[in-house]
Amino acid sequence: MGLYVNLQKKVNGFSLNIEWEIGHEPAVLFGFSGAGKSMTLQLIAGLIKPDSGVVRLDDTLYFDSLSKTDLPPQKRLFGYVFQDLALFPHMTVWQNILYGAPLLSGNEKQDRAGDLIRSFKLTGLENRFPSEISGGQKQRVAFARALIRRPRMLLLDEPFSALDRPLRLEMREFLKEVRNTFNIPAILVTHDFDEASAVSDQIIIYEHGRITQTGSPEQVKTAPANGYVSHLISN
Amino acid sequence: MESILFSVRLSLQVACLSTLLIVVTGIPAAYLLARKEFRGREALDMIFTLPLVLPPTVTGYYLIIVFGRNGLLGGFIYQWTGWTIMFTWYAAVLASYVVALPLMIKTARAAIESVDKNLINASYTLGHSEINTALKVILPLARRGIIAGAVLAFARSMGEFGATLMLAGNLPGKTETMPIAIYSLSNSGEWNKAHGLVMLMTLISGLFLYIANRYSKRTF
Repeated sequence: MGLYVNLQKKVNGFSLNIEWEIGHEPAVLFGFSGAGKSMTLQLIAGLIKPDSGVVRLDDTLYFDSLSKTDLPPQKRLFGYVFQDLALFPHMTVWQNILYGAPLLSGNEKQDRAGDLIRSFKLTGLENRFPSEISGGQKQRVAFARALIRRPRMLLLDEPFSALDRPLRLEMREFLKEVRNTFNIPAILVTHDFDEASAVSDQIIIYEHGRITQTGSPEQVKTAPANGYVSHLISN
Repeated sequence: MESILFSVRLSLQVACLSTLLIVVTGIPAAYLLARKEFRGREALDMIFTLPLVLPPTVTGYYLIIVFGRNGLLGGFIYQWTGWTIMFTWYAAVLASYVVALPLMIKTARAAIESVDKNLINASYTLGHSEINTALKVILPLARRGIIAGAVLAFARSMGEFGATLMLAGNLPGKTETMPIAIYSLSNSGEWNKAHGLVMLMTLISGLFLYIANRYSKRTF
């Protein structure tokens, strides 16, 4: 049980060829920019189509090039948080969160949104637009919007990279809280080793579209697979 | 005086109906051109845009070939119903529609293309269908461009002359729109009346241009 991916994709001279499997423990995709980490998340979520491969979450096959299975992103139960958060600028905080649950009935939607607003300390900001709230608040709205339809896994594409250090530390704690409260596994993309080891049990290291090493933060740190990995960690 | 009032009213009527048709058909067309990749996309865009650069008489000529009493489509309609669009005020609507449509498509396409792709992807990952995403995210975020396009199309429809003259003719009290009335009045030397209409026409067009500019500039 967990997420299994095996993906091949060639685009504009870049070639991605990866295979990994994670259980329900938190995992991190780690590597320099342009190594294919964000692309992997987009392939998993169905936002871009692999040339070949398999994406399977628990017992549900989302993509399989052999059996020509290809579920659209709407049917894949991931909560996606984008690097720029992608909050809808023409909707209020409240509307942004409600928008994350198109299939729920009115009452249930309102109840869940209310709960999220309270537990994410967004009370009083319901009628503000994204341009009227702070960076940390925006992050929490993006998480609330991604969580309201109770996805089975979170895909986090460097959501904290634009924040300054104190806020980033705060958001790490927030992420742990989210995972504990909602009991939801998460994959975080990052190029910050501190962040990677603080939030995850398993690190998957990317190098030019390939996997160089997987293991716990300690394993990676004590026995880096090659010079690239040690350079990456010390960076 | 009565004939002048008639042409003012007719022009407004023609421009309103043509703009309505442009909004209804132009927005989906702009959406397809902006968001879908299909064979012949740019060729289709070119065909829609041609009336913007062709002399209106040439556009009018093409419209006669298609919609005239012996035209490709018009001949068919005439055979079955005995009716032809030629020399009716509907012909003025058709001419305005074809000539002004590219203004809507160009402006709306650019506005739709400029909507952040991540917002569209976010909507998909949150479980929203493409049509829902178009209605709730893409079109609202592109609305200023769309409104600007509609306003420009309205102004262009008000001012349409060449293709209208060829298709609808110059029938006082029937198809004589403002620009055509101005042409007739100045031909017959009725300068006072022509002056008034020219001023009115300039005022209306200027006003619409001002509105279009205001809308296309403001963004989120």
